[in-house]
Amino acid sequence: MKFQIPIGPQHPALKEPISLRMTVEGEVIRDVDIRLGYNHRGLEKLAEERSFIQNIYLTERICGICSHSHTTCFVQGVEKLMELAPPRRGMYIRYLVSELERVHSHLLWLGVAGHEAGFDSFFMYTWRDREVVMDLLELISGNRVHYAMNTVGGVRRDLDEGQKAKILEGIAVLRKRSEYYFKIGANEPSFVARIAGVGLLTKEQAVSLCAVGPTARASSITRDVRKEDPYAVYDEMDFEVGTADSCDVLGRVVVRVKELLESYKIIEQIVRKLPEGPIVVKAPRKAKPNEVVSRYEAPRGENIHYIKSNGSEKPERLKVRAPTLANYPATIEMLRNGFIADIPLIFAAIDPCICCAERTVTLVNYRSGEETTVRLSDLRRRAAERQKNAPPKRNAVWPF
Amino acid sequence: MAVLRTLLYLIVYPGLLFLFIYSTFCEWFDRKVYARLQNRMGPTHTGRFGLLQPIADFFKLMAKEDVVPEAADKRLFSLLPIIGLAVVSTAGLLLPVWNFDLATPGMTSFSGDIIVILYLLSLPTLVLFLAAWSSTNIFSTIGGSRVLTMLFGYEVPLFLSVLSPAILANSWRLAEIAAFYQKRPLLILPNLLGFVIAVIAVQAKLERTPFDIPHAETEIVGGTFTEYSGKKLALFRLMTDIELVVSSGLVAAVFLGGFPGGAVLGFVNLVVKTLFVIFLLALLRALTSRIRIDQVVTFAWKYMAPLAVLQLLVVILLKGFLK
Repeated sequence: MKFQIPIGPQHPALKEPISLRMTVEGEVIRDVDIRLGYNHRGLEKLAEERSFIQNIYLTERICGICSHSHTTCFVQGVEKLMELAPPRRGMYIRYLVSELERVHSHLLWLGVAGHEAGFDSFFMYTWRDREVVMDLLELISGNRVHYAMNTVGGVRRDLDEGQKAKILEGIAVLRKRSEYYFKIGANEPSFVARIAGVGLLTKEQAVSLCAVGPTARASSITRDVRKEDPYAVYDEMDFEVGTADSCDVLGRVVVRVKELLESYKIIEQIVRKLPEGPIVVKAPRKAKPNEVVSRYEAPRGENIHYIKSNGSEKPERLKVRAPTLANYPATIEMLRNGFIADIPLIFAAIDPCICCAERTVTLVNYRSGEETTVRLSDLRRRAAERQKNAPPKRNAVWPF
Repeated sequence: MAVLRTLLYLIVYPGLLFLFIYSTFCEWFDRKVYARLQNRMGPTHTGRFGLLQPIADFFKLMAKEDVVPEAADKRLFSLLPIIGLAVVSTAGLLLPVWNFDLATPGMTSFSGDIIVILYLLSLPTLVLFLAAWSSTNIFSTIGGSRVLTMLFGYEVPLFLSVLSPAILANSWRLAEIAAFYQKRPLLILPNLLGFVIAVIAVQAKLERTPFDIPHAETEIVGGTFTEYSGKKLALFRLMTDIELVVSSGLVAAVFLGGFPGGAVLGFVNLVVKTLFVIFLLALLRALTSRIRIDQVVTFAWKYMAPLAVLQLLVVILLKGFLK
């Protein structure tokens, strides 16, 4: 007997609204339909009406977990447009925060994976240790979530010796803990039984469906922008790209823990090699007419910003391609023929950030199920009409 | 006097009142152990050390809005929590504490009560299945089918492992089995394997991690309880708590030598031994992750059932040897 179960828009396994409609036969998934658009905020349009500096703080709010990734990606592009070369010290600090963000994102994901598998102890422990890196980020930037470190031409805050020592201390603690999680994640029998062989994505599939980030790397594709197209400081760093060849959720856990360990390596190198000098150069307000594509390896995979300038102080177009969007086609393939019990695990394994990937809204008529796409002006007109036909609003009346 | 004693037995100890208070205490204990193992505090605020938290939860739920779904079988839907609670409380009366006479079987302790208590402990599963089915929600329906699928896995190993000490003691009466092991404490050791299997099977019966599959929240929302709210959910939660006490009491009575020593000492024995079993259950809950439904059935039939049969074989051989 085939029937449909709706996972989302509201569901305990989902931290953000998205709708996965599963057609299941018993416990086996036969077909999947992903629907987006529950969290659309019109960010790209908004960006066209703000200056480059203002847009840094806008792109920071695309996502809460990888806030620094989006601003860095944007700022990289804007610096290319303005033909600016930020000072070395500024770059080092910028990518130090990048790596710390990767650490906090991967620790968060490990906990989520544990929780989705019903392994709450793992969840509690990883999130406890995530506090260490959150504190470090607060120490550096003053904030735990939106660091606001980036500015066009460098960073906004410097590091002192005390902070450097604290970072190294924290990283030493985290490295020890991460090695322990590696042991648990790859050895705890009931956890491994749940994630091994689940959500298979072969190398060929991963290539043809354009999977990015840890999802691709778990299918033994060595794809990492930091290595392939080393931007900024990464060509001076010594690190490896962590991959796994098991092509399943276990592989994705392993890849993320390996990346954690590599990130610790990078962080230590950055802190040790931190050059002297200024952290920021003065940036012009306007950029010459041009266009640029900026690539950045976010914790979830490759993040791409396309920026077009027209000579004014505002971008003419900003296009954001978040890694989650690139992984959706692969998710559908992974979910097919899996069990209902594996839905949260497989979906969580791409580390979905739904609000990053929302670029459009589809209107669905709830009676007929008919779908339409409408222009903004059309929406406005409809709203105005509805306003006109609405019964007149009465003011509240004092009962006595 | 006998009537008064029986009334006390029914209502106060180990009847409804005791079961209510003690099961909430056990829930607190379970939550606290679970929390400490996860580096958390657990309940701290309500009452000393948060002792009153489960009771506060119960009364809060009782006062919440109670929604019955439009499409549900309303009578069955509302009746099931009460039936479930009645069944597990009745099972609680059969635990061999205080009000029994070893020589003469009575209402609460008779030959074959081990079978009755096992039967009464199987009924909540059926109640949960019916509850899930009658609420007609798609998530409940999946949860209900999972409840029954799991039942096929753990029930046989549980029965086999609980009955093997009874065979060694040559009695189908809980009080006599307990008395047998009190006299010969060393004979508890050959039943160790059975004890482990029974603890795992009880964990599955209580639907706790790694067997919390019927109400795995990240997969099927509330599962069996998706549509339940307010009073009915409170009663179901109380049912689960009492089931926790009674099944750990059963395991303690059969494997750990029961609760000797009259009303006072017997009470202490009951508390210590059930808390020990609950501690093991909490440990299991903290150390494992949820497994899949097919893995439960495979695990039960590949490992638990053969080991339970092995335990039975050991007991039968030992019995022949002792004679």
